Amino acid sequence: MSNIQDITKPEHLVYRKTPLLTDNVMHYCPGCTHGVIHKLVGEVIEELDIQDKTIGVSPVGCSVLAYNYLDIDWAQAAHGRAPAVATGISRLHPEKYVFTYQGDGDLASIGCAEIMHACSRGENIVVIFINNAIYGMTGGQMAPTTLLGQVTATTPYGRDPKLNGFPMKITELLAQLDGTCYVTRQSADTPGAVRKAKNAIKKAFQNTRLQKGTSFIEIVGTCNSGWKMTPVDSNTWMRENMFPKYPLGDIKDI
Amino acid sequence: MKGNEVIAEAAIRCGCDGYFGYPITPQSEVMETLMLRKPWEETGMVVLQAESEVAAINMVYGAATCGKKVMTSSSSPGVSLKQEGITYLAGAELPCLVVDVVRGGPGLGTIQPAQSDYFQATKGGGHGDYHLIVLAPASVQEMNDFVDLGFELAFKYRNPAMILSDGVIGQMMEKVELSPFKPRWTDEEIEKISGSWALRGKKNREHHIVTSLELDPYGQEKFNRKLQAKYREIEAKEVRYEEIACEDADYLLIAYGSSARICQKTVDLAREQGIKVGIFRPITLYPFPMEALAKWAGRVKGMLSVEMSAGQMVYDVRLAVNGKVKVEHYGRLGGVIHAPEEVLEGFKSAFGL
Repeated sequence: MSNIQDITKPEHLVYRKTPLLTDNVMHYCPGCTHGVIHKLVGEVIEELDIQDKTIGVSPVGCSVLAYNYLDIDWAQAAHGRAPAVATGISRLHPEKYVFTYQGDGDLASIGCAEIMHACSRGENIVVIFINNAIYGMTGGQMAPTTLLGQVTATTPYGRDPKLNGFPMKITELLAQLDGTCYVTRQSADTPGAVRKAKNAIKKAFQNTRLQKGTSFIEIVGTCNSGWKMTPVDSNTWMRENMFPKYPLGDIKDI
Repeated sequence: MKGNEVIAEAAIRCGCDGYFGYPITPQSEVMETLMLRKPWEETGMVVLQAESEVAAINMVYGAATCGKKVMTSSSSPGVSLKQEGITYLAGAELPCLVVDVVRGGPGLGTIQPAQSDYFQATKGGGHGDYHLIVLAPASVQEMNDFVDLGFELAFKYRNPAMILSDGVIGQMMEKVELSPFKPRWTDEEIEKISGSWALRGKKNREHHIVTSLELDPYGQEKFNRKLQAKYREIEAKEVRYEEIACEDADYLLIAYGSSARICQKTVDLAREQGIKVGIFRPITLYPFPMEALAKWAGRVKGMLSVEMSAGQMVYDVRLAVNGKVKVEHYGRLGGVIHAPEEVLEGFKSAFGL
């Protein structure tokens, strides 16, 4: 059984790309976590068989072009406004699965009001929040989640709380709001972490089916281009510096 | 009924699917009336108070992607905040209705009526080359009529439409004949009208993407050319205006909205003094009735643009007549409403009568 016909028989299939991921070439940098997380979202939509009922809202930032990679209907939102856009869609399509996919600058800085109030109203949506502690798309500037001492294009001497304020744990803040039903922080740096993150995403979409309110998933990720590290070093740096500030696990689950 | 209340009633009656707003004087009655009427029980229309005007217009953006009839209303400072969402709506070619009950500015300004947001409404308002379709009601009746018309034009051209009202028309009580009830569009109707682009869930077709992003400048130029072609079509087909007492006029007052109402009395006063004055009232401010106004250039001795502003529409009037006739402006500012007598004095002084 060494010829190609035998090896490619359907019964020998051990892995295939979810058809929810398009064949478009991703623009993400090598080492970036977005690709993995896109795949997880696609797999969850496939497994729940909700492609025809799911509408994504992409942000401004690196994942603005997420609509080119997942084969579902998409709206592209103004910077930070994805939760408001998702509110409009979800209110008029209450039977649909509506999710936003946002970065830390989009969600925790310019879109702080929109995410707070969407969560406070308990909009029946899923929010996938990628926190890599930097503005990736615009060239590596300080984000609200940038760690103290972290060097970015706008904190060239490291983030100084007197000058730049403190890193923001927005996920903990949102867990305080009555409208959120599920708030969790995950990562995607190991096979185990990827499986956990996928389970969290799946649970969030199931919450939408149950009309439970807002499900919020933070995924702590890397930005090796912005951090100016190799992908491997980025993962190490993330575990040593990001995880202590942004500990993984469920914060709220009701 | 009050003009603002009529906006709410007309929205329900024309089968509007969603309203998203934020309180601001002098238009808060729109959302208050909707909340009192509870249309979600009657027609299924969604009404939601947003956390800000920014959020409200972005909720409109999201809701509009569904191919449904959705709207917001606000007043000048709030409409300034909405400009981000409005340019995205125009850039994504989404239909919607925005009602602006204008008050005096700049800044927080005043809560009294003004017409000083003509530039913002008719020249785009946000960034980029785009226009809204702008309707200017001069009565409570037209507040009713233009809701349905606004939606019709917005969907016909896949472009945001605006009702540019002001604190006078919004707060004024007049008799009104409300439109008969129309049911909200069914899923089948939405599929027929907006099925080629609306976000309704991908099934047996390519996925739909609503975006205003195009990283390739040549692609973005191509899209801009398409938008401009649409605006040329709107300019050719959708001009609306009214001529009052113009047949024998030696002079024209050019006025829209509440100023046009005030000018009706001014015309009576002028004619009592033997001065033949008429009113040319643009109903669509974009598209502006350029050609219709130009026809009067050789027939009258002068035109006075009467606006509660420092003079904004007057630039379009001058463009329309292209120097062929003298065009002046008269208007009180900052929320002061001009009296018919003041307009007459302003008119006489402008033309040395």
